Amino acid sequence: MRETSTIPASKQIIELIVNDHPGVMVHVAGLFARRTFNLEGVLCGPLASGGRSRMLLLVGAQARLDQVIHQLEKLQDVLEVRKRPDLAPTLFDLSRAA
Amino acid sequence: MKINGAEIITRLLERQGVEIIAGIPGGTTLPLYDALGKSRVRHILARHEQGAGFIAQGMSRATGRAGVCLATSGPGATNVITAIADAKLDSIATVFITGQVPTALIGTDAFQEVDTYGLTVPIAKHNYLVRSAAELLTIVPEAFALAESGRPGPVVIDVPKDVQMESIEVQQWPKPGSRAPASTPSDDQVQAFALLVEKSKRPVLYIGGGVTASAATNQVLDLADGAGIPVAMSLHGLGSFPAHHPLSLGMLGMHGARCTSMLLDEADLLIALGVRFDDRATGKISEFCTHATVVHVDVDRSEIHKLKPANLGIVADVAATLDRVLPRLARQPKQDWLRRVAELKHRHPLPDANDDDLASPAALVRAIAKRAGTSCIVTTDVGQHQMWVAQHYPFQEPRTLLSSGGLGTMGFGLPAAIGAALAKPGAQVVCFTGDGSLLMNIQELATLAETGSNVKVILFNNSHLGLVRQQQDLFYGGRLQASRFSLQPDFVAIARGFGIRAVDVGEAAQALDCLDEVFAGPGPALVNVPIAAAANVLPMVPPGAANRDMIERTLQVSHA
Repeated sequence: MRETSTIPASKQIIELIVNDHPGVMVHVAGLFARRTFNLEGVLCGPLASGGRSRMLLLVGAQARLDQVIHQLEKLQDVLEVRKRPDLAPTLFDLSRAA
Repeated sequence: MKINGAEIITRLLERQGVEIIAGIPGGTTLPLYDALGKSRVRHILARHEQGAGFIAQGMSRATGRAGVCLATSGPGATNVITAIADAKLDSIATVFITGQVPTALIGTDAFQEVDTYGLTVPIAKHNYLVRSAAELLTIVPEAFALAESGRPGPVVIDVPKDVQMESIEVQQWPKPGSRAPASTPSDDQVQAFALLVEKSKRPVLYIGGGVTASAATNQVLDLADGAGIPVAMSLHGLGSFPAHHPLSLGMLGMHGARCTSMLLDEADLLIALGVRFDDRATGKISEFCTHATVVHVDVDRSEIHKLKPANLGIVADVAATLDRVLPRLARQPKQDWLRRVAELKHRHPLPDANDDDLASPAALVRAIAKRAGTSCIVTTDVGQHQMWVAQHYPFQEPRTLLSSGGLGTMGFGLPAAIGAALAKPGAQVVCFTGDGSLLMNIQELATLAETGSNVKVILFNNSHLGLVRQQQDLFYGGRLQASRFSLQPDFVAIARGFGIRAVDVGEAAQALDCLDEVFAGPGPALVNVPIAAAANVLPMVPPGAANRDMIERTLQVSHA
C-alpha cells in the first residue's frame, strides 16, 4: 500500500515544557477533553536537563486556540507554552511506523 | 529527631496558621489522626465527608484563608468530590488532604482504593499524589500558596498511608506558603481605563467574586461614587457594594430587576470587575450589553475574551487596578445618566417588600435581616430561597453571603454555616435553606449541635423542589414531575432529635415574636417556615433568553 500523510497542513503545533512526572499527561489530555478542544496528536519526550519534558500537541486551527493556550498556561506542571508554526504537522504522521 | 509524614503534615498545618480543620477519619488516615491528637490543630468531626468539605469552604469563604478538609481514601475521597468541584467553580481557596492506600498497593484494587488523583484532575486547581515524606515539605506549603494565589481554588493532596508513616529527619522547616503578590496593570492600561470612564456617558459596573477575593470593596465604592456609576452584581458580587446605596442595581441576570437589565442595555461602557460573564448573569450573551465598550479586569487571563470580547482586557488584581485608576479620574458624575438611573430605578424598582407579615418569602427574608444585623454571615442552599435571599437581603459587607453559585450544590448551606461560625467566633450566622436542600446534608445538624455554633437555620418549607417546580410551571406546561414531596418530614422534631432548639412559625400565633425569641438566644436553632408551594421567584429570564425578555408576573393557571 502506498503511504501518504494523513495530517492536513492546516493543523497547528503547540509546544509545552512540562514537569516530568506521571500526572502531567492526565492534566494536559484532560484539559482538552473537558473543554472540548480537539487534540489530534501528542509527542512527548524527556529533556536532557532532567526533570522536565517537551510535549508537542497537534491541534486543529480552531477559533479558540488562544483560549486553549491560556488554559494550558494555568496548569501548574506546564512551565512554558508556545506556538510552533515552524514545525511541519507531518511530524505527527505515524503511518510509516505502522 | 526523626518524625513521620503524618506529623510533618500537622506541623506544616500549624506553621501555616491553620487552627481548625474538618474531616472524618478512616483506615488510610489513621496515622494522620494519631498525629492530629498531638497537635494544636482542632479537628471538627463531620458526619459525611461532603459536609466536612463544605465546613472547610465555609471557613474559607468567611475569611479568604484556605480552609482544610481531611478525608480517607475510597468513599471518603469520592464523598468530597462535590465540595472540591464547588470550590473550583466559585474560586474558593481550600486544601483537601485525602488518605490513600499504601504505595505498594496502588493500582491493585485494594480495599478503599480509588484513583483520587485522576478523579480530581478536572475539578481541582491542582493536585498531588505524594510519593515520600520528604516531598510533603515542599508540597504542603506550595498547596496553600496555590490555593490562595491569583484566582483562588481547591488543591488536593493525596497521601498514601506508608508516606504518612515514613519517618525522616527534618533539618529545616519550609516557609509557610503564602499568597503571591497580586498582578498589577500597566500604565497604558490604567490610562486607557481612566480615559474610557471619562469619555463614557452611560457607564455601568458589573462586579463579581473577584472583587471580594481582592478585597476591592472600598475602591469599587470610590469609583461608583466618584464617577457616578451604577453597580450591578453577580451572586458573588453581592455584599461588595452596599445594597442600600442609591447606585446599587442589585443582582443582574436570571432573577435581576427590570431596571438593572434596562440600564445594562443602555450602557455605553461596561466595567466588568472580577467576573466571568456566567450565563446566569448575562442571559443570552450575544444580546448582553450590546451597545457598550467593555473593560474587563480579572486575575485569570483565560477569562478575558472567553465569552464576551473585551475592548480593554486587563489581567490584574481588581484592587491593584482601581488603586491606580482612581487618582486619574476627575470626580465628575455624569448628571444626565444619574437622573436616568434614578428614573428607571423608580419606574421599575428592585424587588421590594415593606411588610413584616411573613406571608411572602421576600418579607420573611427582610424580617430576618432586621433581626440578624448587618454583619451577620448568611449562607444559603440552592433553590428558590437562595434567589429570594439574593434579591431581598440587604447585604452591606463583603463575605457576608456564602452561597454555592457556580456548581449550585444543594446541601451546601448548613455545613458552610458551621464553617463560617467556627472561623468567626461570636458572629451571627444564618443559614437560609429549603426542605429539599436541607435533607441533602441534614446529618450535619449533629455537627452543629456538637459545636454549639451560633447558626440559625431558616427553613423555607414548601414541600417541593421549588425551583424545579417553578420551571415546570413556567416552561413545561405546568406538568410537575418528581418535584413534589408527598412525605413531609417533621423538621422541628428532627432538629430537636439532634438536640437543636426548633420552632415552627407556621404554628406560632405571633410569628415575629417567635423570630425575635430565636435571635435573642445564642447557639443553634432551626425555624421551620411554611411557604406557599405556588410562590415563584420573579422576575425570571427563561434559560437561553436575553435578559430583557424576563417574565415579571406568573399567569395564574390552574394545573389541577
